[in-house]
Amino acid sequence: MTQSLGKDLLGLEPLSGEQIRLILDTAEPFKEISERTIKKVPTLRGATIVNLFFEASTRTRVSFEFAEKRLSADTVNVAASGSSVSKGETLVDTARNLEAMRIDMVVIRHGASGAARFLADRIESNVINAGDGTHEHPTQGLLDLLTLRDHFKRLDGIKVCIVGDVLHSRVARSNIWGLTKMGAQVGICGPRSLLPNSIDELGVTVFNRVEEAIEWADALNILRLQLERMQGGYIPSLREYNRVFGVSRERLDRAKRDILIIHPGPMNRGVEIDSDVADGPFSVILDQVTNGVAIRMAVLYLLSGGKPELAEAAKRGGGV
Amino acid sequence: MASPKQSTVLDARAFDRTLRRMADEIVELNNGTEGLVIVGIQRRGVQLAAQIVSTINERENAQVARGALDITLYRDDLQTVGPRPVVGQTQIPVDIDGQNVLIVDDVLYTGRTIRAALDELADFGRPKRIALAVLIDRGGRELPIQPDIVGKKVTVDSTQRVDVLVEELDGKNAVVIADREPSP
Repeated sequence: MTQSLGKDLLGLEPLSGEQIRLILDTAEPFKEISERTIKKVPTLRGATIVNLFFEASTRTRVSFEFAEKRLSADTVNVAASGSSVSKGETLVDTARNLEAMRIDMVVIRHGASGAARFLADRIESNVINAGDGTHEHPTQGLLDLLTLRDHFKRLDGIKVCIVGDVLHSRVARSNIWGLTKMGAQVGICGPRSLLPNSIDELGVTVFNRVEEAIEWADALNILRLQLERMQGGYIPSLREYNRVFGVSRERLDRAKRDILIIHPGPMNRGVEIDSDVADGPFSVILDQVTNGVAIRMAVLYLLSGGKPELAEAAKRGGGV
Repeated sequence: MASPKQSTVLDARAFDRTLRRMADEIVELNNGTEGLVIVGIQRRGVQLAAQIVSTINERENAQVARGALDITLYRDDLQTVGPRPVVGQTQIPVDIDGQNVLIVDDVLYTGRTIRAALDELADFGRPKRIALAVLIDRGGRELPIQPDIVGKKVTVDSTQRVDVLVEELDGKNAVVIADREPSP
């Protein structure tokens, strides 16, 4: 018997530490499947999953698709461009039409915060949030937690500093919720203009200088600086950002200990992270990508199936 | 609540004796240890496999390959069970193509676990032969599956449970028959 996650995965904020641990522990045995010659188990045979991506994504979409296929689900990808969405169909109409074709799960990426919950409240299929606006990106948060736990063998008590555009980052928000629930200490560091005003309420330590963050942290989660932020007037220039907040080899060399480097990708080399850090010995950026498939398989598995009325019938029938 | 009735089928000494006999039978069945890969089914089949392999290695002065198989993701009742069952670790450390694979499990009952194990092994390769060794055969098959090597056959009805206890997880080696707790 295990506890369940409920119908949907919308964010890490609504989850308990126990539920997060369940997902991380379930992901462990799923890692092995991707190492097999035949990278496939029959677990979700017959399940139909729609990947509904209203925003561009390569890594997350491909990672979900691998996870679904390695569990033997049938998958359909719908991108906003080239679909009825571009003809003005609403999100709910799109989803209801898909549901009328008897689907089981929807993985949604959308530019509006709250889009995943909006959908989950209106359709019966399981909904997995693959990033909604500036709200949450729970599977990214979970794969970051798994990668950190792989390295430190624990999450409780470790110090993780998130560096960069925290204000617009759903990755940062999911990380803050996940890390604090698992007992880690969280710091944030970035230009004041890119840190949320109410950040203290999230129980994190704010660092104004990246040198201080490096001094404090066991691991840095370096966020991508979205280039359109410069046009938005949040930062003066990319070069200026790199000079003040860029994570460079020289800065890391001054730290007293080795600092683990994670980055959700895609990276802007030479802006938020220098190449010799991204490719350096303490970077586990590619481990994150590998872990992403295992985490998504675990989430799909935990949300799938388990029709309660069938479970009742099975109990009456007995036998394993 | 009254504690359910229990009776011991194998105590620690009988348990060890049975495993040693099974180890000998496995070597005989395989005509030696050449090409032998012993795979335990999670959870207690893994510990039984470990004990059998160490007996074989000691007696035959061999290094028999050992693996673990978790069949959860291959179960045929995933659509009907309630909360998702816990998934354990699968580890097949050698290439099983052309090898003689021996599956070890604690209790053989409906045969559905072994059906799942056969499917899972097929995803790792094409062994020359797959054989099955179980500590307890309790009858009640629902599929056409039979063991090659049996530690002990017991007759129990469907209201009873056969519990295999192993040193590593339960503190002692034993096999116990108990009444199933009445459904609430």
